[in-house]
Amino acid sequence: MCLAIPGKIIEIEGDKAKIDFGEGSIYKANVSLVDAEVGKWALVHAGYAIRIMEEKEAKETLSLFDELLQ
Amino acid sequence: MLDKFRFRDREYAEKISERIKSMQVNARFMHVCGTHQDTLVKYGLDEIFSRAGIEIRQGPGCPVCVTTPLEIEEGISLAKKGKTIATYGDLLKVPGEKDSLLKAKARGCDVRVVYSIDDSVDIAAKNKDKEIVFMAIGFETTAPSTANVLLKSPPENFSILNCHRRIPPALKALMDMGEAKIDGFIEPGHVSTIIGVKPYKFLSEQYKIPQVIAGFEPIDLLMGVYMLVKQLKEGRAEVENEYKRAVDPQGNEKALEKIDEVFKPDAIEWRGFPIIPDSHLSLKPAFESKDASVRYEDELSELKHKEFKEQRGCRCNEMLRGLITPQECPLFGKKCTPMNPVGPCMVSFEGACQIEYKWKRKV
Repeated sequence: MCLAIPGKIIEIEGDKAKIDFGEGSIYKANVSLVDAEVGKWALVHAGYAIRIMEEKEAKETLSLFDELLQ
Repeated sequence: MLDKFRFRDREYAEKISERIKSMQVNARFMHVCGTHQDTLVKYGLDEIFSRAGIEIRQGPGCPVCVTTPLEIEEGISLAKKGKTIATYGDLLKVPGEKDSLLKAKARGCDVRVVYSIDDSVDIAAKNKDKEIVFMAIGFETTAPSTANVLLKSPPENFSILNCHRRIPPALKALMDMGEAKIDGFIEPGHVSTIIGVKPYKFLSEQYKIPQVIAGFEPIDLLMGVYMLVKQLKEGRAEVENEYKRAVDPQGNEKALEKIDEVFKPDAIEWRGFPIIPDSHLSLKPAFESKDASVRYEDELSELKHKEFKEQRGCRCNEMLRGLITPQECPLFGKKCTPMNPVGPCMVSFEGACQIEYKWKRKV
């Protein structure tokens, strides 16, 4: 239930967006809860994008780890 | 894109686990998310932690598991009375008193599995002659999708059996009960994507308990535990956020607005728990017409004051309160397996028993 999977937004049509989860898996998700933009990454849970994710943020997490482990 | 494999990097993992060990803290932490449990057991982190003196228990963090027999029986009862029940797949095998929705389906009831609430609205739109009841389960992660649908005037023949629950009040209930002896909470990443950091703060203030919001890759969990141990060692009790790449301090404001428009906090029973104040997201009066328990009140009245017995020997209730591990249940792997589950913790992909069975199968 709490599982959410990141995928890339490839097309937006109204409330729905086509999202590419990789390896040919493309699924339509509802994007009413986020500010969707083609080309951005969305975290999708039960058919709804719940957050837009930035590559920068993932890198920041890793650098935070480096910092904490210093 | 997310440099996924660095979040599974062995060298990183070893470095963090060494750090945890070197702090020599013995503690018991609780998480409340099936996906955390899966990462914990699948990657053998539970054994790494155990060698470092850290024990981790899964609490009531599986929406399917904490749904009560009454809620399941309501779904079954409506299905038997000719309604079409739509819900997430995990719920189908969960036993009510005797039956499950899956058994009802096998007997000819119209029970459908959907991936999203939107799919059940489509079913309603395409089948005007049928009455569709969506069993809305899930925590704050899932509730915004239900709110979104109800705000968009779904078809007349669509209603929901509302089983949405809130995590922070359940954590408070665990602390008040005091039986699980918890030294820190690993907070669920995707619930937190929606609610943010603030709703957990009162727990640290009131109970002096450290909390870390963590993601679901092995490094996330290791890091989350490291941050908790560090708080204990330094005598701090705060809410920290390890999962910054998916959790903003303020949460998802759009989603929270929708939740506020549609729901209000109310008391509800959880499987294994007494009634927990404020832990239900109950529908505001404006949405009563979409509430299946109101719409079908007469048809459900026979269940209202019924007492439901738990399955004999099943210790799911204690599991959900963090009191025992799957291996401590005498039914585990013997009478109770994923093919023939006795209790919800063996039914759900997020239940501690099914996860233990899947990855370890030590019986």
